[in-house]
Amino acid sequence: MEQRVVITGMGIWSCLGTTPDEVRDSLYTGRSGIVFSPERKEAGFRSALCADIPHPDLKPYIPRGPRQFMPEEAGYAYMATRQALENARLDADYIAGHEVGLVYGNDSVAEATMRALDKFREFHDTAACGSGAIFQSMNSTVTMNLACLFKLRGINLTASAACASGSHAIGLSYLLIRNGLQDCIVCGGAQEANMYSVAAFDGIQSFSVREDEPTKASRPFDRDRDGLVPGGGAATLVVESHEHAVKRGAPILAEIVGWGFSGNGDHISTPNIDGPARSLELCLRHAGLRPEEIGYINAHATSTRIGDAREAQAIARLFGGLQTPVTSTKSQTGHEMWMAGASEIIYSILMMKNGFIAGSLNFETPDEDTAGINVLPERRETHFDTFLSNSFGFGGTNSTLIIKNL
Amino acid sequence: MTREEIVKQVNALLAEEFEVDAATFTPDANVKETLNLDSLSLVDLVALVQQTYKVKIPASDLRGIQTFDNLYDYIASHLPQA
Repeated sequence: MEQRVVITGMGIWSCLGTTPDEVRDSLYTGRSGIVFSPERKEAGFRSALCADIPHPDLKPYIPRGPRQFMPEEAGYAYMATRQALENARLDADYIAGHEVGLVYGNDSVAEATMRALDKFREFHDTAACGSGAIFQSMNSTVTMNLACLFKLRGINLTASAACASGSHAIGLSYLLIRNGLQDCIVCGGAQEANMYSVAAFDGIQSFSVREDEPTKASRPFDRDRDGLVPGGGAATLVVESHEHAVKRGAPILAEIVGWGFSGNGDHISTPNIDGPARSLELCLRHAGLRPEEIGYINAHATSTRIGDAREAQAIARLFGGLQTPVTSTKSQTGHEMWMAGASEIIYSILMMKNGFIAGSLNFETPDEDTAGINVLPERRETHFDTFLSNSFGFGGTNSTLIIKNL
Repeated sequence: MTREEIVKQVNALLAEEFEVDAATFTPDANVKETLNLDSLSLVDLVALVQQTYKVKIPASDLRGIQTFDNLYDYIASHLPQA
């Protein structure tokens, strides 16, 4: 029998705040998390814009030994997961007696890998890398660390799918629970925010160069967009079967009702329209919903010229004429990449629970492609019960989720 | 560098790196036990000594370093000559 899949906990560590309440307030007031980094400029970046993410102090929570195994993004993920477990009322005793899984999106550990190999090359000795280097530098570092720290004994899997990693992690968790293979899974996405992780990205001129106006740089769907702004942090959700959640008296926030995905099978960095459109279509079909039943679309839109245009066309193909509100929270956060698919579910749930849609910052003038969808430039106080969230990534990997209020 | 200077500096480095109170670093105390080192974190001790003093401790020599005194002596006797 197929299980209904619900969300019972959320935790977030982002440039908009380090608790769901702080993030809700930032979304409501339209606060941008984007800053200019003199350090990046000095280092040689073409664009020194980035999101401003606080660094957590892990010392009060994790002893020195296991901390050595954690790169930056594992720290963010740890803090987000602590919150999510607490909000879901999943304590250590419960976890010890039940098989709780872990599926998390991550697709790089650039700084940790670089620092370890720099030491190897400097001292010509592998021991110079230190004890934590191997665990820090693997792509699955977030899941290996979280599983050991929180004693999670269910599935232990990293989803690496570029900027759709976090969304795929939630989608996979949804399928595993829906099919009865797991009762409860901790899932999400993490993104390192150090400059080394995005230096090569800056090198292919993907970033906005509007350095004199950092908060205006990320402008998804706007005619004058000139590139994305890199962000980071981590977002964690606790998802479980409805039956499991009810049985243990968990606070039920929302239900995952559909997952869609597709591959473009096309260019490595330039998206097309057909791939994303098929992801949206599959998600709607899977959820058994018609486009008019979707109250809000949280777009992938990163503020790149071609990416936003193609997504707008894909959305218009299915939602054309419906005036469904569309925004991109990346206008406030920048592009949270491996984390984005998870954080944007949390941002959207916070808006759904609090009766508003945050305006898409800096959306001033549409172009001929983005004029075909209803992008909200300003906050709208509104009630909606179902939203759709898109995440697309390099290599043409697409993921779409539909979430319903409960 | 005098032995006294080495002792002082090594103790400060170890206290910071391994987050253990330097007051517990008596000359006869066991290094691994005092610093709570396991087979993995022992690598960090080797890396710290190498990066700070340019002194490489091969595995065969590591077995001979039991006490803090052993460690100070090893570093003092292997410091590269200026």
